[in-house]
Amino acid sequence: MKKRYLVQGLGFALLGLIALVVVVPILWVVGEIVWRGVGAISWEFLTTAPHEGMKAGGIFPAIVGTMLLTLGTALAAIPVGVGGAIYLAEYARDTWATRLIRLAIINLAGIPSVVYGLFGLGLFVLFLQFGTSILAGCLTLAIMTLPVIISAAEEALRAVPVEYRTVSASLGGTRWQGIYRIVLPQALPGIITGVLLGLLRAAGETAPILFTVAAFYLPRLPQSLFDETMALPYHLYVISTQVPGMPLQVQYGTALVLLVLVLSLNVAATLVRSYFRRRRQW
Amino acid sequence: MNAHKALRSGPVRWNDFVIESLIRVTGFSTIAFVLLILFFLLREGMPAFFQVPLDNLFGPAWYPTLGHYGMVPQVVGSLVVTLTAVLIALPLGVATAVFVREVAPNWAREILKPLIEVLAGIPSVVLGFFGMTVIAPIVRQSLGVPTGLTAFTGGLVLAYMALPTIISVAEDALDAVPKSYRDAALAMGATRWQTIWRVTVPAARSGIITAVLLGMGRAIGETMAVMMVTGNAARLPHELDFLFRPIRTMTATIAAEMGEVAQGSDHYHVLFAIGIVLFMVTFVINLTAAVTIFRKRRRGGLR
Repeated sequence: MKKRYLVQGLGFALLGLIALVVVVPILWVVGEIVWRGVGAISWEFLTTAPHEGMKAGGIFPAIVGTMLLTLGTALAAIPVGVGGAIYLAEYARDTWATRLIRLAIINLAGIPSVVYGLFGLGLFVLFLQFGTSILAGCLTLAIMTLPVIISAAEEALRAVPVEYRTVSASLGGTRWQGIYRIVLPQALPGIITGVLLGLLRAAGETAPILFTVAAFYLPRLPQSLFDETMALPYHLYVISTQVPGMPLQVQYGTALVLLVLVLSLNVAATLVRSYFRRRRQW
Repeated sequence: MNAHKALRSGPVRWNDFVIESLIRVTGFSTIAFVLLILFFLLREGMPAFFQVPLDNLFGPAWYPTLGHYGMVPQVVGSLVVTLTAVLIALPLGVATAVFVREVAPNWAREILKPLIEVLAGIPSVVLGFFGMTVIAPIVRQSLGVPTGLTAFTGGLVLAYMALPTIISVAEDALDAVPKSYRDAALAMGATRWQTIWRVTVPAARSGIITAVLLGMGRAIGETMAVMMVTGNAARLPHELDFLFRPIRTMTATIAAEMGEVAQGSDHYHVLFAIGIVLFMVTFVINLTAAVTIFRKRRRGGLR
């Protein structure tokens, strides 16, 4: 065997090794949290409020809070995100204004999450006087989620062949009818995948909700949109850094619940994508 | 899409007009959001530059209770942690992208890609928690330092948070290199290994630079994980082993202190001013990355 093939063999082995270095810690994180957290999970842990300085009881209000926040984020972000994607994919021409929109999306995607928190505090909490509330938190998270949804939905719309639009027009449909009845349903799986990926980011974020909605300790469920709420990511932060003597198992249990919630959205997104990719007509 | 020209002459209905106007508004709303974010950061942050003397604001001491608002320790902290993260993530990310794209058999790719997506999905607070409880003790014991919550620990955790971004963008860049480049190299007798490092990767280099820039933007803006694992000491590093001592980043300062300040105080405005700095830095990084992407796209592909 020539020397250069030996080099190639060694090189490929090294690359494989590096890929392992990247992947093994991922399995380690997930494995460790499942292994050490699963003992904390019980019906009581999932369905009761924390008490005795959060050292006992469950994390029910935090779970509900995170679900409410995710739902509210979805309600606010989906119409604007999908609308923006439809504009970019179906209406916008390549003008400087369109390029400005794309630039804005890239920048929204790059703004640090804690800066979104500052913005939410400045606009929603203080200027619009929503107070630290679910409304303020959801709107902040929604704006943060927008770029993910728009990019994914635009890509899904663009993937629908142009013939679908021309055929609709040739049958006398208006442009909007073509988009609404033909293109949108075809692009729906891709859009759903994008929405789920955006929402899983929102569900796991802590920094944007720090000053806009998250309550340190609030053992009851929120009563209205203008109420504060506990949330899983913030609760994990609180019990792992702010509460001395917190049982480690409770911390791992909380991390596990958050991880399962987020990763199930991840799995759902993957399933939707692969299921519809197989059934696609084009 | 040329078909749009034909579609534009279709019948116009009132109902459509309203919906299409709304869609136009949502499209342009993204610009409005960026401007709103900038406006509110400036509105709450600019007073800091007038109320706090500039030599205090850009000084080396951060003791908010004593009226010292020097941002330099946090800026240096963010730089140290981000550079550490990039130095770790760059070789790992590029090598993994090359492996996934050019070398790995199909079955390995089917395992690697979903796992990397899982990593992208793990909330930063969970990684921070893992870093605190598992990585920090290991760092402390193996290096014999007084605490495992150090700049290095932060860089390490951040590197893994930046990896999914770096890998996926670098993969796209490699993907965009025309097959004919590889074919030509192989036809001249180069091995696949030689083709990868002398043809494919150099041809994808600007895409790879974009990948690193985006990863860096992600790293510098990361908050929770960094706050939990870097030890949060707002002091200017002046020892040689600063990498293995506690440090504090700009993001962590905002997250840790904003909850406790009185609205309208100097401290409050300074925290927003740090937000302005963060916004500007990530803006420039992402703009640079975007310009590279736009330019390449016009030339065809992410090369």
